[in-house]
Amino acid sequence: MKTETLAVDATTTSKRRSRVNLTDFGVLGGLLIIIIYLSLATNTFLTQPNLVNLLDQAVVIGLIAVGATICIISGVFDLSASANLAISAIAGVYFTQMFGVTLGFLLAILTGAVLGAITGLLISLTRVHSFIGSLAMSIIYRGLAVVLTGGAIVAPLADQLEGFRVWTRPVLGGVTAGTLLFIVALVIFGIVLWKTTYGRRVYAVGGNMEAARLSGVRTNLVHISAFAISGLCSAAAGMVLASRAGSAQPAMATGLELMAIAAVVIGGTSIMGGSGAIWRTAVGVLVLTVIANGFNLLGWDTTYQQVVTGLLILLAVAADSLLVRRLKRT
Amino acid sequence: MTTQRTAEATAVQAPTIELQSVGKRYGGISVLRDVSLTIRPGEIHGLLGENGAGKSTLLKILGGVIAADDGTVLLDDKPVRLGSPRDAIETGISLIAQELALVPDRSVLENIFLGQWANVAGLTNERADREHAERLLEETGFELDLNAPVSSLSLGQGQQVEILKALARGSRVLCLDEPTAALGETDTENLIRVIRQLAAKGTTIIIVSHFLDEILAIADRITVLRDGNQIITDEASGYDAQKLVSLMVGREVEALSRSPEPVAADAEVVLRVKGLSNHRISDVSFEVRRGEILGLAGLMGSGRSETLNSIFGGDRATSGEVWIRDRRVKRNSVRASIRNRLALVPESRKDQGLVLGRAASDNIALPSLGERQIFSFIRTKLERAAVAHVIQLVDIRGRVQHVNVGELSGGNQQKVLFAKWLVDPPEVLLIDEPTRGVDVAAKANIHNLILELAAAGTAVVVASSELEEVLSISHRLAVMKQGRIVAELDRTATPDEVMTAAFL
Repeated sequence: MKTETLAVDATTTSKRRSRVNLTDFGVLGGLLIIIIYLSLATNTFLTQPNLVNLLDQAVVIGLIAVGATICIISGVFDLSASANLAISAIAGVYFTQMFGVTLGFLLAILTGAVLGAITGLLISLTRVHSFIGSLAMSIIYRGLAVVLTGGAIVAPLADQLEGFRVWTRPVLGGVTAGTLLFIVALVIFGIVLWKTTYGRRVYAVGGNMEAARLSGVRTNLVHISAFAISGLCSAAAGMVLASRAGSAQPAMATGLELMAIAAVVIGGTSIMGGSGAIWRTAVGVLVLTVIANGFNLLGWDTTYQQVVTGLLILLAVAADSLLVRRLKRT
Repeated sequence: MTTQRTAEATAVQAPTIELQSVGKRYGGISVLRDVSLTIRPGEIHGLLGENGAGKSTLLKILGGVIAADDGTVLLDDKPVRLGSPRDAIETGISLIAQELALVPDRSVLENIFLGQWANVAGLTNERADREHAERLLEETGFELDLNAPVSSLSLGQGQQVEILKALARGSRVLCLDEPTAALGETDTENLIRVIRQLAAKGTTIIIVSHFLDEILAIADRITVLRDGNQIITDEASGYDAQKLVSLMVGREVEALSRSPEPVAADAEVVLRVKGLSNHRISDVSFEVRRGEILGLAGLMGSGRSETLNSIFGGDRATSGEVWIRDRRVKRNSVRASIRNRLALVPESRKDQGLVLGRAASDNIALPSLGERQIFSFIRTKLERAAVAHVIQLVDIRGRVQHVNVGELSGGNQQKVLFAKWLVDPPEVLLIDEPTRGVDVAAKANIHNLILELAAAGTAVVVASSELEEVLSISHRLAVMKQGRIVAELDRTATPDEVMTAAFL
């Protein structure tokens, strides 16, 4: 009797796992299909300048999305990411004026991390929902950005401009330094989530905060650090943007965190928290970028691009909630 | 209009329910086979079986939650299609699940008529609903404040609202899934009284329960299921609990557990709790020796869980001390407790214990993650070995390490909860409801595990709502009532003595 029940257990689980696996790689398949289609339908897609451009397009959204992934897996949303981006980029410009390009960049991402940590700290202390808490913080940060600049556009000193544009420079086979920065962030935070005790705690807190707390995990600290990472990534994105424009201003990148969250969700990271991965976010970001690129290359009306993007988000969220429901049924 | 319809329905007799070789499969695996039975109007029918025997499946088929793959359901000799809960309700069958389907912030009155409020062109007619509800209250003898929000009710009262809801929809067949599992004694007695009353007035009751004595006390007839097969359907009067257990398990059960090994008289006191208090418990003090198992008994809400959670630091204590040997543990800190080798197996696996959606091995490794790392990188080999070791210790069979814990059986999930604390064996193990919702075999396994841990020197505190359980595995018993320890008894105490202490 005992063996019989065991056998039943084993078959159901292996079956269910294979089904999950199918949806697991669904997005990746989708990305490949779009890429193959564009390669065949246009003769411009698979050219070096287009690919370089495409990857460069993915950088800003991608960096924000890396931070958003860690937040979402740990069970919080950071809606202050783009405001943080603006204020950090502005601070970065000021720091550059004072200390030069390299230190300016490092201090900018430090600013982002500190602001993120403050957002996280306030949310942890007040126990408001992260959605509302970070929304409030984003309004504050935007306001502070205006205060800092007096509403004006700020730029580094004229002789720093060349160095400041470092992230737009082609380095490896034409790929920009900004793209490399994105890839480095993907690798670092991918490994953090996958291989470290911190990563495990992020998943545990997002999956079941109470169980994590009763297992000795400092859940507040996990959330605060997730916001700090999100701030750091946003600040890096801000510096790439400022580097492209040669300047920063208070209204830059408004609302971009929503696109980043969309990319995370399209990649298949659960908005319920507790599951997901950085590689998924990379795929999600690429899907969005490749679609935008495709509309351009095919000469389609780009207004429809928004409709397509919206549908994709719906599809991804629906797939996620169906999966969650199936899990709950057991 | 609504009022009239239900008034008519109230007068309608319950139908005769006939199942003809009903079966259900989940992808090739048959969970219910060839069940045929007839349930007469006004009958109380008990469904019995171990976890996974198919009781709930059968109930869900009747309630329209899932559709049968084989066979037919006849009501008064006419075949019916129960494709959805709505279909079932329209034919007069209501399923009352373990989790209540109520809107917590709205009133009892609104919840009774949820979605079917008396109205004129969309404007609600509260007076009509209120009159109707008052009639139902009178009929059932429930004492509920119709204006109170459901969130202010006890679980038992919530269930009463569910029953009223079913009756308000004109249901004459009530399917109850483990209605008393989470109820205290008073609520249970109330519910049983109501069930009897309803049946006497012609409502058919189909009830699933783990509590055999309860079923034997109220059921007219019983059906025992085992592994999806119908073992018997018979008058309840010819059976006693022992006989039912052997039918459910398919063999005679030996005494469920061994007795704990005696504790040496000079064994060191490991855990000392002094005057622990918060808003739910007051002045709780006790000591546990090395190798000793202290049982915490008491009614629902007497403060058992709160005591364990406060010792562990999961709930806030406002005063009191916890000592492990000669070390005083910092109050209200789970991390300090863990550092001092305290561990808690919490009451609710899903809410407090497991990170569902993650692998069993991730769950097991969580509390001790910090010990197998180099610069925060997880040392995978060490982890794999540690997890494999404790999985063997708690006797989980099969290759489960990388399976999502949510997909494991209740018994194995419970064992995972034990396993996660055994990676680093604790000096004091606090266990809240060691075997809730696990089957008979896993239960015996877990009892043996607790006894072995104690024999190896762990000081154990076990809280359980099952009196037999605490009595059989504890050396000593502390009985709680309204947040206080009201009696300390030794293991020779009879259930009667314990219940007397818990009530008076």
